Amino acid sequence: MSEIIRLSAAALAQKLQSREVSAVDATQAHLDRIAAVDGSINAFLHVNTEEALLVAAEVDKARADGDTLHPLAGVPIAVKDLIVTKGQPTTAGSKILEGWHSPYDATVIRRLREARMPILGKTNLDEFAMGSSTEHSAYGPTRNPWDLDRIPGGSGGGSAAAVAAFEAPLALGTDTGGSIRQPGAVTGTVGVKPTYGGVSRYGAIAMASSLDQIGPVSRTVLDSALLHEVIGGHDPHDSTSLTDPVGALVEAARRGEVKGLRVGVIKELSGEGYQAGVLNRFAESLELLRGAGAEIVEVSCPNFKYALGAYYLIMPSEASSNLAKYDGVRFGLRVVPEGAPTIERVMGATRAAGFGDEVKRRIILGTYALSAGYYDAYYGSAQKVRTLIQRDFDAAFTQADVLISPTAPTTAFRLGEKLDDPLAMYLNDVATIPANMAGIPGLSLPGGLADEDNLPVGIQLLAPARQDARLYRVGAVLESLLEDKWGGPLLAQAPEIAGVK
Amino acid sequence: MAEINREDVAHLARLAHIDMSSEELDRMAGELAVIVDSIKSVSEVAGDDVPATSHPIPLSNVYRDDVVGETLSNEEALAGAPDNADGRFRVPAILDGE
Repeated sequence: MSEIIRLSAAALAQKLQSREVSAVDATQAHLDRIAAVDGSINAFLHVNTEEALLVAAEVDKARADGDTLHPLAGVPIAVKDLIVTKGQPTTAGSKILEGWHSPYDATVIRRLREARMPILGKTNLDEFAMGSSTEHSAYGPTRNPWDLDRIPGGSGGGSAAAVAAFEAPLALGTDTGGSIRQPGAVTGTVGVKPTYGGVSRYGAIAMASSLDQIGPVSRTVLDSALLHEVIGGHDPHDSTSLTDPVGALVEAARRGEVKGLRVGVIKELSGEGYQAGVLNRFAESLELLRGAGAEIVEVSCPNFKYALGAYYLIMPSEASSNLAKYDGVRFGLRVVPEGAPTIERVMGATRAAGFGDEVKRRIILGTYALSAGYYDAYYGSAQKVRTLIQRDFDAAFTQADVLISPTAPTTAFRLGEKLDDPLAMYLNDVATIPANMAGIPGLSLPGGLADEDNLPVGIQLLAPARQDARLYRVGAVLESLLEDKWGGPLLAQAPEIAGVK
Repeated sequence: MAEINREDVAHLARLAHIDMSSEELDRMAGELAVIVDSIKSVSEVAGDDVPATSHPIPLSNVYRDDVVGETLSNEEALAGAPDNADGRFRVPAILDGE
C-alpha cells in the first residue's frame, strides 16, 4: 500500500506545501487505491478521475509558481452523493435520480473548489439518506472495511468506508439522525455533525430540513476540524445558515485540554440495549478523561426516551413533503404506464418504480402524521417533545461542559440482519438522534475494539449549540490518550481488505 | 390513538402518488402498524403548557434585497427534464379524457 494514502489530511497537506509530494501523485495514489479495493467495498457510486487530476495539476502548477494557496489545496476528498455537484452525477442513492446532473454546485462544493481540493468522486448512501446501514442504496450496499460481511453504518456508509479503507483522507457526509456519526462509530473513523446552520445546506438534497446538517468525515479529530473550517460559515443561499463566524476549530483540536472540564455522562444513553463491549470501551474512555484531569459527572435527560418516537414522526413528515418534488416532471425518472395516462398516473408509476421500500415507508408514515385529524396528535406532539429534549440538554449543560455517550448501541451488524425489521434498524440511532432534535453539535471518534467481536466502538461527544470548538478540544485529547494506549491509530489494527486486486 | 390499517395505507399511498400492489399494501400495513404502535406514546408526553419547537435554533425572518441573483438559464433548467418542448417542461395530459 502506498504510504501517501496512509497519511492524515493534515500530514498530507504539509507534504504538499513543502512539495515533498505533488498533488497529482497524492490524487493518483487515492484513485489507484479506489481501483484496487472499491470492487470489494463499493464506497463510490462515481469516480471523478479526470477532473480530480486536473485540479491536482493546477495546484502543482500554482505551487511551483509560488502562489499562495489554501492549506488543504491538493488534498483529495470524497463527497456523499446526497450533495449536488456540477460535472458529476448526483443520485442520492435512488433510481429516481439515476443519471441526473445538477445544474449547480452545493455551497460546500463551491468551498472545496475555492480551496482547490480535488474531488475523488461521489459516495454511496442509503436512498435519500434514509437508513443506518447503506443497505437501502439502490446501487447495492457498501461493505465495512473491518469485515466485508458487515454494514458500514448509514446513511453515510460510503463516506465512512472510503475514509476507513484509505480511499480518501477526507469526505463529506450529512447527518439527520446520526448519518455521519454512526458510520464513523462502526468503521473506526471520525465524524462530526456541526451545530444546525453552522454549515450551509444549500445543495444538500433535503430529507428533513429542520434536522439535516452537512459535516466532515475523517480519520483524525484534527482533520475534521480542518475540513469543518473549509465548509463552515454563513451562506446567504441557506436562510437557516448561522451568521456566526465558523470559529477557531483547528486551534481547538491542536490545543486539546480537558483539565477541570466537566464531562457529563448521559444516564439514559447507556445500559440496557447497549452491547457489553461497547460499554467496556466507553468506561475506558471515561477513565482516560478522568486521568487527564476531567471531572466526570452523571446527568439525566429523562425525555430522551421519547426522542426516537418523536424523530420518527418529524423526520418522515418533513421527508414526505421534501420528496414530493420527485414527480417525473422537472428532473429524474419518468415512467409512463400503458394507454394514454394522465400526469397523475405517471406520477404514481414513476414514484412506485423510482423509490425503494424504506423511502416509500417514510413517505407514507409522514403523510399519515400530517393528515387532517392526526396532525396535532402526531406532528404537533413530536414538536413538543423536541422542546422537552432541548430543555433536558439545557439542564445537562448547566452541570457539564460537554456530554458523552457511546455513539451507537452496538458494533457493526451483519448485512441483511436487520433489513426485514425496520424498527430494529431505527434503534441504531437512539444515541445520535437527540443532538439533531436540539440542533446541537456532536462528534464521534473511535474508542477501541469491542472484546466480543473485535469491531470498532464509537464515543460520542456533544456540546451546546455554537460550541463546536469544545468537541474538537476534548476529542483531540481523548484521541491522543487512546492512541497512546493502542500504540498508534485504531485503523492500523484493521485487517487487509479481502479480494484486493 | 388510532391504529393504521391496510385501507389507510392504500389511501395514503394515493395521496402520496405512489402506486402499490396488493402484496406491497399488505406488507407496508404490517410494518407501519408496528412502527406507529412504537411511537404513539409521543402523543401522551407533553401537556398543553409545552410549546412546540419547529426549528432547532431560534431564527427570525431572513430577508435580502429584491434584486435578481444567480439564476439558471432556460437550457440549464430544462437539462434534467424527462421531456421538454419550446423551452418548457412537457407533461402528459393533466385531465382525463382531454
